[in-house]
Amino acid sequence: MKVLVPVKRVLDYNVKARVKADNSGVDLSNVKMSMNPFDVISVEEAVRLKEAGTATEAVVVSIGPAKAQETIRTALAVGMDRGIHVQTDEDLEPLAIAKILKAIAEEEGAQLIITGKQAIDNDYGATGSMLAALLGWPQGTFANTVETSGDSITVKREVDGGLQTVKLTLPAVVTTDLRLNEPRYARLPDIMKAKKKQIDAKTPADFGVDTAPRLTTVKVTEPAGRSAGIKVESVEELVGKLKTEGVI
Amino acid sequence: MAILVVAEHDNTDLKDATHKTVSAAAAMGGDVDILVAGKGVKDVMAQAAKIEGVRAVLGVDHVSLTRQLAEAMEAVIVPLMGDYDAILAPDTTAHKNYMPRVAAKLDVMQISSITGVESADTFVRPIYAGNAMATVKSSDAKKVITVRTTAFNAAGEGGSASDKMLADPASPATSEFVGEELTKSDRPELAAAKIVVSGGRGVGSAENFAIIESLADKLGAAVGASRAAVDAGYVPNDYQVGQTGKSVAPELYIAIGISGAIQHLAGMKDSKIIVAINKDEDAPIFQVADYGLVADLFKAVPELDAAL
Repeated sequence: MKVLVPVKRVLDYNVKARVKADNSGVDLSNVKMSMNPFDVISVEEAVRLKEAGTATEAVVVSIGPAKAQETIRTALAVGMDRGIHVQTDEDLEPLAIAKILKAIAEEEGAQLIITGKQAIDNDYGATGSMLAALLGWPQGTFANTVETSGDSITVKREVDGGLQTVKLTLPAVVTTDLRLNEPRYARLPDIMKAKKKQIDAKTPADFGVDTAPRLTTVKVTEPAGRSAGIKVESVEELVGKLKTEGVI
Repeated sequence: MAILVVAEHDNTDLKDATHKTVSAAAAMGGDVDILVAGKGVKDVMAQAAKIEGVRAVLGVDHVSLTRQLAEAMEAVIVPLMGDYDAILAPDTTAHKNYMPRVAAKLDVMQISSITGVESADTFVRPIYAGNAMATVKSSDAKKVITVRTTAFNAAGEGGSASDKMLADPASPATSEFVGEELTKSDRPELAAAKIVVSGGRGVGSAENFAIIESLADKLGAAVGASRAAVDAGYVPNDYQVGQTGKSVAPELYIAIGISGAIQHLAGMKDSKIIVAINKDEDAPIFQVADYGLVADLFKAVPELDAAL
């Protein structure tokens, strides 16, 4: 079974996003960029499937600027076999990304695609399910546990109120949630080895799909602030304040 | 303009998230219909028909829709969209699951988790975990939208919409429901609770969460947690409040041992009153709290519990 994992290069999780002064977007100049944290979990899951002998090949794809190659190398360093870099400086929307990924999945003959449940930059949370729909495949989103057996995959999903288990006929798309696994760190010798792994260079035009944006960003602003209130000295004072407010 | 709102329900009760999504739809202008997809949905349809300003309630009743699996929902909704200019659903896990499928099938870019409606084609939504708000204008002929329900007031009752049953859907064969493990609790639902008591990494362990739960039970509150507490394994993921978890806006939110990472604040900063209890007086949570208590939570929380 061939596994495909799309990864996105985003503003690092620990860096606070700053809105540009002209309200055109978030300032990404001279800030640390990393692999989307949910994609790190996807990569780990694919590598585990390979180690378990379930996956025959694990391919990582990134659609983004020249530097997205670094993100692909990061995935290769923890055990992905091969990379595909679709280079573009445009910030493509999930619909366009899903169309490109569909073409790649068909070309590669992938049986399983593992994506993060959302990217922490634009927070659309749409790519995985859009891709599943375009391919006509079933999906297991917000995965907590996955188990493959023959031509099916069982996915335990994080849903409101608890966990839900679904069984999907392969090929399928799985999107990852936080508790699926604990990603490993790359070891130095593997980082060196990853430099020799193959990365195919592509462009969106190679896939002949419509990637025109559907949404125009009118403006990006700071969220409404909330000002700090007061510090109380004791539990007794706190209870008094809450009673006055009428909330307890 | 005609807008379809997908109901949030459990086959018995209609959830308040539906009323809030109707408000978002009403702000776009036009006729609003509600789709109730499930199994044994008569009662839920009757509840939906009472929402003010709703034109019609469409029902589809089939065993394949009992759990609203994504493939089945896509099969029901996509053919309906010939009659609608927009579809809106709450951004809860049930709808986040299938809405992108609907969007992709309609060749539309989904607008996720909107917090504001500027016009019929322009919406406000949080990006970067709520660190920025983007106003986006859609050029798609049809709009596919999920709604951050805490940002909208619930539509009132008093309507009398017509109802109509739709034909049984074709059930997709590639996906089946196996089982579920729902957190059993007598506490109110996190997203709908009037009071939420949340614990963070400062609580220290799964066992220690008992003091959070005890306080919540005293207040008739729901229990929440920060992502850090979920990551550390203290509580299940469905307790998580924040950008990657649930958004809540209760009357009273009590944050205990939570430092106040931006991703947590994104999920609770619309609460009416925020109380923070933390031993670190520089914790960012105090910058959004109406009442802050700098104290050791293991002393303050039992004391608070006893005082109530």
